[in-house]
Amino acid sequence: MANNKVSQDTGDLKLDRLSKHYGDFCAVDDLSLVVPDGSFFALLGPSGCGKTTTLRMVAGLEEPSAGTISIGDTDITTQKSYRRNVNTVFQNYALFPHLTIFENIAFGLRRRGVKDVKTEVENALNLVEMGHLAQRKPNQLSGGQQQRIAVARAIVNRPEVLLLDEPLGALDLKLRRQMQIELKRIQTEVGITFIHVTHDQEEAMTMADTIAVMNLGKIEQMGSATELYEAPKTAFVANFLGQCNLIKGKVTSRANGKAVVLAKGISFEVPLSRVATDNESVFVGVRPEKLRLDDTGINSIKDCVVIDRSFVGTSTQYLVKAPWDLDLVVFEQNDEGLHDLRVGDKVSLEWDPEHTFALDGAQDINAGSDLDDEE
Amino acid sequence: MTTLAAPMPSLRHRSSRWFARNLIRIYAGLAFIYLFIPVAYTFAFSFNDAGKSNLVWQGFTLDNWKNPCGAAQVCEAVANSLQIGVISTVAATILGTMIAFALGRHKFKGRKTTNLLIFLPMATPEVVLGASLLAMFLNLRINPGYWTIVIAHVMFCISFVVVTVKARIASLDPKLEQAAMDLYANERETFRYVTLPLVMPGIAGAALLAFSLSFDDFIITNFNSGIVSTFPKFVYVSAARGIPAQANVIGSAMFFIALIIVIVGQVVSRQRKKL
Amino acid sequence: MAFVHGLNTAHSGAKSSLKSKSLTPYILLAPGLIWLITFFIIPIFSLASTSTMVRPEGAQIGTYVQELRFANYVDAFLANKEQYLRSFVYAAFATLLALAIAYPLAYAIAFKSGKYRNILLVMVVAPFFTSFLLRTIAWTQILADSGPIVSAIKVLPFVDEMFRINNTSTAVVIGLAYNFLPFMTLPLYASLERIDPRTLEAAGDLYANGFTTFRKVTLPLSMPGVVAGTLLTFIPAAGDYVNAAILGNPGTKMIGNVIESRFFAVVDYPTAAALSFTLMATILILVTLYIRKSGTDELV
Repeated sequence: MANNKVSQDTGDLKLDRLSKHYGDFCAVDDLSLVVPDGSFFALLGPSGCGKTTTLRMVAGLEEPSAGTISIGDTDITTQKSYRRNVNTVFQNYALFPHLTIFENIAFGLRRRGVKDVKTEVENALNLVEMGHLAQRKPNQLSGGQQQRIAVARAIVNRPEVLLLDEPLGALDLKLRRQMQIELKRIQTEVGITFIHVTHDQEEAMTMADTIAVMNLGKIEQMGSATELYEAPKTAFVANFLGQCNLIKGKVTSRANGKAVVLAKGISFEVPLSRVATDNESVFVGVRPEKLRLDDTGINSIKDCVVIDRSFVGTSTQYLVKAPWDLDLVVFEQNDEGLHDLRVGDKVSLEWDPEHTFALDGAQDINAGSDLDDEE
Repeated sequence: MTTLAAPMPSLRHRSSRWFARNLIRIYAGLAFIYLFIPVAYTFAFSFNDAGKSNLVWQGFTLDNWKNPCGAAQVCEAVANSLQIGVISTVAATILGTMIAFALGRHKFKGRKTTNLLIFLPMATPEVVLGASLLAMFLNLRINPGYWTIVIAHVMFCISFVVVTVKARIASLDPKLEQAAMDLYANERETFRYVTLPLVMPGIAGAALLAFSLSFDDFIITNFNSGIVSTFPKFVYVSAARGIPAQANVIGSAMFFIALIIVIVGQVVSRQRKKL
Repeated sequence: MAFVHGLNTAHSGAKSSLKSKSLTPYILLAPGLIWLITFFIIPIFSLASTSTMVRPEGAQIGTYVQELRFANYVDAFLANKEQYLRSFVYAAFATLLALAIAYPLAYAIAFKSGKYRNILLVMVVAPFFTSFLLRTIAWTQILADSGPIVSAIKVLPFVDEMFRINNTSTAVVIGLAYNFLPFMTLPLYASLERIDPRTLEAAGDLYANGFTTFRKVTLPLSMPGVVAGTLLTFIPAAGDYVNAAILGNPGTKMIGNVIESRFFAVVDYPTAAALSFTLMATILILVTLYIRKSGTDELV
């Protein structure tokens, strides 16, 4: 019989200036964010960026070095994990090997002294469509089944916030896609705040209402998938989500809602709302699928050469060399108007200003791309 | 027909290849025979109709098995060994498990010294362990007897219990305990509902190990028992004039009982995995 | 075989779950450590103390006075250096014999046993459920002069009529090797079992034949097991006296026999204590050197 009093707080999850140090190493650096009640929120970033540490602090499994965590009006920063109204789905599921599936799911309910365990467990099992496995043991289940049970075990307790620590990492591609849809469905049905930690940007964009991109303990940018993809504010975000082309240049004027950037003798037009910095030195950015193989647009680069091409079914991906020795990536959709270019062909590129963005030129141009993977 | 079938390797070639591939298996088989000869011999001679001196085969009988306490002092010795074994096992398992948990789940100063203190008794020859304990008892004018045996047995079993349980604790995924706390179990409940059940097989194994070490111990016991008789002591002492066949009965019985326990343990743990 | 796993896997990643609550670990450690200090450490000091005592002239047998006579050590050693040497020699031979028998056995169980693996492991340990004394005495019967084995050997042409195994140093070594065989086999098995068989396949793919694969891949990877096994065999073997008593003769006395007789037959505690202490110190030195050389610093 548990006599733990579990807090009954509800409301938005608020992290205020949260930090975690391990000796000299700063894993989470002065992080602040608000997760609205009932939303599907993703913490996205490469390994070592601090997303899992942040999650564990919300769960109560790590103690913050500074800052506060609150749900609604209740400050839970110093509460032990067994008092928080927060549950976790662990990366490798952490199902109790010595208990049946039924008892695994019932575990949290029993500790809180809930009387009618049977109904709650059955509901949870039905929610994840695993009702027939109640009497088995975890090691008799496949990875995908264990994953669903881990979700059921957490959800049955109706927490205020559900934390998911890269729960789909161990599944194969097809199963992962399936589970992404499943989790989204469950979240909508149950209405609990989900915080999903992942390094897979496709996963985050598919599932989450709001994404916070993290790097080196800080949040680089937070917003919807569309905002982050179409209007990144840092090189890291631009490179981490999908691919992008960045060209270094200087702002020559800002007037009439437009900025003009001079790069390699070419003028590029960028709407002022999509310029993320006041600096003169900028990177002009454009996503590969926005580039057209023509020379009549407002922003264009002439006299390029195709140096590589890959046909991937839905599109053809070209690697094109600009006259000043910069490689640009171009995706052309496999549709009418297909230019079937070969390696060595001369080509011009053009695109619209409203697809252009400008980032602070003082950053590392390769931040967030695969080249940047050394820790 | 111009296709040539590959020539069949000669019988000699094939048998020498079979031999080379299975050399290890043959060797292992011989090693097993070597291991079991004395056991088989002991078992066989437990049926010997030999009276006092069980040295030469004289005829088959089941009397020894029907009346294992027939020879003088055999059962007294066995009873002592069993009692001492149980008491020592319980004490050593409790003390050793506590140490194992401290080492495996807590931070504290003096970890290296503790590890050394656990390791040393296992690295010291039994003669030295027995002699030093006897020296202390003599210097304190304590007469060796029943309880000095228990003290000695607990002493040398603790280290083995610590090593066994510690290994089991180390193989425990710490995420399981975190999951328990995430699911509203406080420290005490986490230990009771998750940690302890999962470590229990290790504790059981350690207890079994401690019991067998205690029951079969001779050297340390010999130094610290005074006139109290244990089963190994009894066998040693009666070796000169001839061990009664009943001792063989006890020895064989212990073998079969232990074998059954181990097999049942294996079957149970396999069942647990299947259920 | 959790005990064996402990020998090789003890240094684990448990640190991530360490709690730093103040008093609990000390409360957990106290009873067991106090027991060990009281009944292991203090007795060693008692032993050291006894080793420098002297029986005064004319005093009753068994009474001693502390006189810090370190010469006891010299006397004891000089009088028994033959038995000392013999103990280490026998222990070394027994260890080598045990290694020779156990290694292929462990190898077979680790790599060639398929689904019988657990049964075989049990069978390695099972013989040792019978009393060790009964087994050793059984050997005297099996190796008896008129027994089947000696008779079979005597048939061979180059064997002397007077050939015997019982009551010789050979028998003692055989007995020692036999009695400590599981202590050699299990650690060997544990470290062999951890070798991924695909590593061996990779070696074959890279042109190594069976023997080279063994020499260059298997053997080095199994070294922790070899170190653990040889230590666990050598240490008790060096101090054993039962095998020498039952399977040997007065000329095969080991240092353990001397210590035992000095305690019980000839009541001479200081000499016995000095001999024990020297034995322990020698073993500790050998063990430390051996471990340093083979680089395994985690045994617990």
